[in-house]
Amino acid sequence: MRTVYTEKIDKSPRIAALIEHLFANMPEIEADRAVLLTESYRKTEGLPIIIRRAKAFAHILENLPITIRPLELIVGSNSKAPRGCQVFPEYSYTWLQDEFDTVATRSADPFYISEETKETLRKVYPYWKGKTTSELATAYMAPEALAAIDHNIFTPGNYFYNGIGHVTVDYGKVLKIGFKGIEQEARDAMAKLKCSDQDYAKRHQFLEAVIISCEAVCKYAARYVELALNEAAKENGARKEELLKIAENCKRVPALGATSFYEACQSFWFVQMLLQTESSGHSISPGRFDQYMYPYFEADLDKGAITREFAQELIDCIWVKLNDLNKVRDAASAEGFAGYSLFQNLIVGGQDSSGRDVTNDISYMCMNATMHVSLPQPSFSVRVWNGTPHEFMLRAAEVTRTGVGLPAYYNDEVIIPSLQSRGLTLEDARDYNIIGCVEPQKAAKTDGWHDAAFFNMCRPLELVFSNGVDCGVQLGPKTGDVSEMKSFEEFYEAYKTQMNYFIELLVNADNAIDLAHADLCPLPFQSSMVEDCIGRGKSLQEGGAIYNFTGPQGFGIANMADALYAIKKLVFEEKSVSMKDFKEALENNYGKDMDPKQAEKLTTQVAKRLVENGKTITAEDVKNIYETVSRNNCNAEQKARYEALLDKIAELPKFGNDIPEVDSFARDVAYTYTRPLLNYRNPRGGQYQAGLYPVSANVPLGAQTGATPDGRLANTPVADGVSPAAGRDIKGPTAAANSVSKLDHYIASNGTLFNMKFHPSALAGAGGLESFVALVRGYFDQKGSHMQFNVVSRETLRDAQKNPEKYKSLVVRVAGYSALFTTLSRSLQDDIINRTEQGEF
Amino acid sequence: MNDKILSVSGRIFDIQRFSTHDGPGIRTIVFLKGCPLRCRWCCNPESQVYEIQEMLQKGKPKIIGRDVNVGEVLEEVLRDRPYYRRSGGGITLSGGECLWQPDFSVALLTACKENGLNTAIETTAFAEKEVIERFIPVVDLFLMDIKHTNSQKHEEFTTRPNEKILENARFIASRAKKLIIRVPVIPGVNDSEEEIGNIARFTASLPGVNEIHLLPYHQMGRDKYEGLGRPYLMGDVSSPSAEKMQTLLKVCEQHGLITRIGG
Repeated sequence: MRTVYTEKIDKSPRIAALIEHLFANMPEIEADRAVLLTESYRKTEGLPIIIRRAKAFAHILENLPITIRPLELIVGSNSKAPRGCQVFPEYSYTWLQDEFDTVATRSADPFYISEETKETLRKVYPYWKGKTTSELATAYMAPEALAAIDHNIFTPGNYFYNGIGHVTVDYGKVLKIGFKGIEQEARDAMAKLKCSDQDYAKRHQFLEAVIISCEAVCKYAARYVELALNEAAKENGARKEELLKIAENCKRVPALGATSFYEACQSFWFVQMLLQTESSGHSISPGRFDQYMYPYFEADLDKGAITREFAQELIDCIWVKLNDLNKVRDAASAEGFAGYSLFQNLIVGGQDSSGRDVTNDISYMCMNATMHVSLPQPSFSVRVWNGTPHEFMLRAAEVTRTGVGLPAYYNDEVIIPSLQSRGLTLEDARDYNIIGCVEPQKAAKTDGWHDAAFFNMCRPLELVFSNGVDCGVQLGPKTGDVSEMKSFEEFYEAYKTQMNYFIELLVNADNAIDLAHADLCPLPFQSSMVEDCIGRGKSLQEGGAIYNFTGPQGFGIANMADALYAIKKLVFEEKSVSMKDFKEALENNYGKDMDPKQAEKLTTQVAKRLVENGKTITAEDVKNIYETVSRNNCNAEQKARYEALLDKIAELPKFGNDIPEVDSFARDVAYTYTRPLLNYRNPRGGQYQAGLYPVSANVPLGAQTGATPDGRLANTPVADGVSPAAGRDIKGPTAAANSVSKLDHYIASNGTLFNMKFHPSALAGAGGLESFVALVRGYFDQKGSHMQFNVVSRETLRDAQKNPEKYKSLVVRVAGYSALFTTLSRSLQDDIINRTEQGEF
Repeated sequence: MNDKILSVSGRIFDIQRFSTHDGPGIRTIVFLKGCPLRCRWCCNPESQVYEIQEMLQKGKPKIIGRDVNVGEVLEEVLRDRPYYRRSGGGITLSGGECLWQPDFSVALLTACKENGLNTAIETTAFAEKEVIERFIPVVDLFLMDIKHTNSQKHEEFTTRPNEKILENARFIASRAKKLIIRVPVIPGVNDSEEEIGNIARFTASLPGVNEIHLLPYHQMGRDKYEGLGRPYLMGDVSSPSAEKMQTLLKVCEQHGLITRIGG
């Protein structure tokens, strides 16, 4: 066996130039796809939906403007402008129309949109009225589910507004047999059909749609051949040669199997990019790139046909291209997925289906690429198990130290058995990769629906206090007057009742959306690369995959653990606070003013409504509205009482500090979400499974949550993922990791997310890396599932000085040891910041 | 493990987990209260007196020091066992001076050894030989301070002469599994090439010792003096420059010592 090459490889100057070009301008919304889609749809009225989808895809690929960006070696872009995006009116469109004038200036992920594009979109949008998945999904939903969404108990916004995405297709198969090969598979399957089969029509149509899609992709690549030849004619020297080579590549792939590493890279890219032209679903995850690319690299290396430097350059080019793809979301979702992220998760390392470690040269080259490019995409991940080479861990740690927040670390020892418990074979479970943020699945066999909803575990607790009433509406079940409750068990039972009720509604909503996608937006191109769609003659959206799941994620566990614990201790055990007083304190936000950001938003809403009702508003009025909404009107006596309560809450032990009693309590609280979900099934014949991660939704959804009994104020963020609530873990990283590991990570088979913050100094030197690796290993030995690290910058440190309460668990290296930043004296903090600026670690 | 060991009591003022620079791997540091020396630059002035005391921390009074038994400290220390196992880490006793609470320290170290942990102590070595002898079998690594080779100067800045310390260094070197010498580099006290050179020469002369750590002075403890209502005698002395430390590092290396700046 070949020895794995682990050395670093230099970065080509091309990469910096590509990145500069990519980020020169603000990303832009383009209308071409929407126009082409609409043109095609108008022509195909009356045809079966799957054929309409395929024809629309073909029409788009035939006419979408194509471009080769300066110095590119890997080509294919679905927008003219770098980081531009197309729009997808078949899923939803009204939000964008409403945001035409604000999308360029909004705080989260702004996009430029030209007046011309707006005009074009205004013309095509009327066609889509009544034809979108979001409208159909709404029609499928129970009124109670719609009410729950309206009251922010949960939000299925991701799939409600957009395509599903969240899939890893069979890249390896495309590399091997090309789309001509896949087309042939469809034709063979078609030949086996009997026209008397009960489902003949549907299957036949699906296969026909696959064939149309495959042909469309081959034609699309042919357009690039032509473009590259034209461009080559205008160039001289090295660039001319490069363009001729590009033309040659596109002539072969992705129509046929790749015969070199370069062709494999180009073929991979067409698949990755076209999946995101067919549908707007995000988290289209490349998966185990190091595994399916390696054979082509090795063959080239054996032949002496490639240098390591050039192979590295190609991988770096792909890394840049992954940041070229973009997507515009509605303003609210943009906050939940902040950072223009497409969550294209690419994972290296780990075991193969027979349980051997298969870390290879490409695994290390991917690490190099992430260091070279230093951009958010791909969402880079590493698999860790007991057999992972130590050197590989150290390299990953080095990447972490650069502060890109990558890679994320995943524990094979938890994820493999966890997937097996959901029906995967041992072989498939061992071959897992990660989708999107943290969601494990077996590539090319799964439709995981991984990001199915955000469920805010804090809101049902609010409803326990209000006997199910929210904003004057009886939203949840009547669980009784909370001040009459005699025991903690009774109170906890009420919480579970509220949870169960809303989980049921969440399932109703997700299943409605699921059906809408199957009815209106089946995806033949995507389905052609997932087993066993061709065999079953069924799209992914209709249940064509081998494994089907729905994975909605819950968040706020740490808050709920601390909150329920506070109630248990203070109200029922110590009896130092009455439930009535607690309720009053929560209703009055502990006597505190509203969070200024939230007050600002609310003011805008109120002012808008007044204007809509024909009122004229002066600046003075706005100021008054702000004062009214933000000011807490409690009297001094109340404020003092609430302050005393907050002090009592602060004294209680909190999740994240390695306190067995609290941690086992948190484990139980997480079960209130993870266990009930397992009882439900989706329309594709699959099971529900819980995830415990928030993406970045813990901030916007926290803004819609009232004060909670853990002392959290209204409208402030809730805890992220399974991490302790911000600032409450004060015993350092090992204690926090121990607490988090006490949760049941196996049952949350849709993934858990544990975020840790470090200053780069905590990882300084060889010793720092070793300790870091031991920390990851130690957490994984205790059966944690995922870990990621924010290695924070000096800007953050400055902010930490201003807002120490937000950074109580920030670790920094001081003088020969690591410490919590906020516990240090001001002068030392300054010192550390200064030292960071000098880079003296 | 017998209950007798677990019930031995002692006085500590802090337990710090995930420490990575006082001995190998990831470690938990137990800070003991009480020290026979009064080093002018001491960054843990709250460790010096054995008595439990009050210190203002960010304006709020905080009680420094608590009486504990080996069992409860051990319980907290063992929580990080997965990380020790992965990193070869363990426990480090710091202070204060653990040699001045020998019953508690030896019991705690014994308990840790019985649990398979790596053990280290940070010490001034200012104690009777008989006391040190009790530590030898249960300590994997001695991290011992030498502040000056000149006894007079030593006494001036630490309130104690150094004869006993240097003698004990030789004793520990001859008996312990491993000894590393640590030198706080204090401007105006011991930061000349000659002074550091003397310490390095002495270190090199110790049997089996080949490693020295130079710890540059910092003002970390300054706020604590204020919190304790004590004057900070170091004034505005600033940390030795990086260039200076490099020069001193070379001095030590010339004596054939593996030299590290920082712990």
